[in-house]
Amino acid sequence: MKRSVIDITDLTKEEIDALTNVAEDIISNPGKYAHICAGKKLATLFFEPSTRTRMSFEAAMYELGGNVLSMTDAATSSASKGESVSDTAKVISCYADIIAMRHSKEGAALVAANAASIPVINAGDGGHCHPTQTLADLLTIKREKGRLGDLTVGLCGDLKFGRTVHSLIQALSRYENIQIVLISPDELRLPDYVYNDVIIKNNMKCTQTSDLLWALPKLDVLYMTRVQKERFFNEEDYLRLKDSYILTPEKLARAKKDTIVMHPLPRVNEISVAIDDDPRACYFKQVLNGKYMRMALILKLLADNKAIDEVTV
Amino acid sequence: MNIDSIKNGVVIDHITAGRAMELYRLLGLDGVGVPVAIITNALSSKKGKKDIIKIDADIPVDLDVIGFVDPGATVNMIKDGAVVEKKKMKLPQILKNVLKCKNPRCITTTEQELPHVFRLTDADHKTYRCIYCETKAK
Repeated sequence: MKRSVIDITDLTKEEIDALTNVAEDIISNPGKYAHICAGKKLATLFFEPSTRTRMSFEAAMYELGGNVLSMTDAATSSASKGESVSDTAKVISCYADIIAMRHSKEGAALVAANAASIPVINAGDGGHCHPTQTLADLLTIKREKGRLGDLTVGLCGDLKFGRTVHSLIQALSRYENIQIVLISPDELRLPDYVYNDVIIKNNMKCTQTSDLLWALPKLDVLYMTRVQKERFFNEEDYLRLKDSYILTPEKLARAKKDTIVMHPLPRVNEISVAIDDDPRACYFKQVLNGKYMRMALILKLLADNKAIDEVTV
Repeated sequence: MNIDSIKNGVVIDHITAGRAMELYRLLGLDGVGVPVAIITNALSSKKGKKDIIKIDADIPVDLDVIGFVDPGATVNMIKDGAVVEKKKMKLPQILKNVLKCKNPRCITTTEQELPHVFRLTDADHKTYRCIYCETKAK
């Protein structure tokens, strides 16, 4: 059956756990997976530029032995002639076996998934969802902390527009004994719909603060985010808030010895480069884990759609 | 005031007083070309006052719209002068092309042909969210 992943909630907790198991098996036995997608094609439709996510998907498909059809610039595609997302998805369904799509408009991936006859993976739709980043985050936490429950997770920076934060909270809500600490300026606090519909609805323990230094010693995971210029309607607000939360070695000294520092990247200046060599810095590991989880997800969706055999670990 | 009974058609009863005109517009009754009677502030033993809409023709009405605007309303289907079916309204799970998404970042702002679809996410607070961007309906 054709399945798409638009939001992290499109995957059950059991499916996410199975994906992390496959990803860990890929890490241990890359040769087993090197030709599994031979003859299959991934179309990367990037209506909004994002080199790293697109390359991660493409690297994932190449490492599975598959091929890639790439649209990297909406300005030179049919979208610039006014073609709808639905029509583009229908057309690409004739060429490829699976689509990874990024678009600046919220909900664009759902529209594509409804129209396509092949699986669609949402690689980011505006400020809305970015499920494969969440999968990367979950694998990183699991590998670094050895578990996905019993954790105090601090989310810092732009919690209003930061789609990775919303998806991560949603995903963590399914695990036992998660404490969330929301660290942001008032202007960039978590939207009500995430706070009410996820944190309150799931009875998650949650603290809100604007004080990073206060929160740091309590955390098992510190998830930093960038204050993104493209999410603001005016530059004044962006300039006023962009330096609100910068993590330096002095501040990190207040954290526990085994607190991990994560970031969806790219960073601007919110994590000092002096922290990169600290063993607690995990943001580049996240990038690598993202590729493995995208490999696992591509395998799952192709197998669900009977395009390849099911993978057993 | 007397409004004749209808023979074949639909009577939307127990409408909260003051909401009949909104329902009339949302149901598109101004454009159907059949006799429609709107009774406002009628006496009601349960509510004190109520509105009633009588449609003197057997035309389809969007029950989701009625359920959304006034979940307390009842819809009576009339055939040969008798009530053949009485439907109690409730909040619909899905609303299609009743509300418009106001989020400027939503895909519906650029893809004009897309239906505006909202899903009920919290019945207690009558919260509907756009299925594309999850923005709360106002």
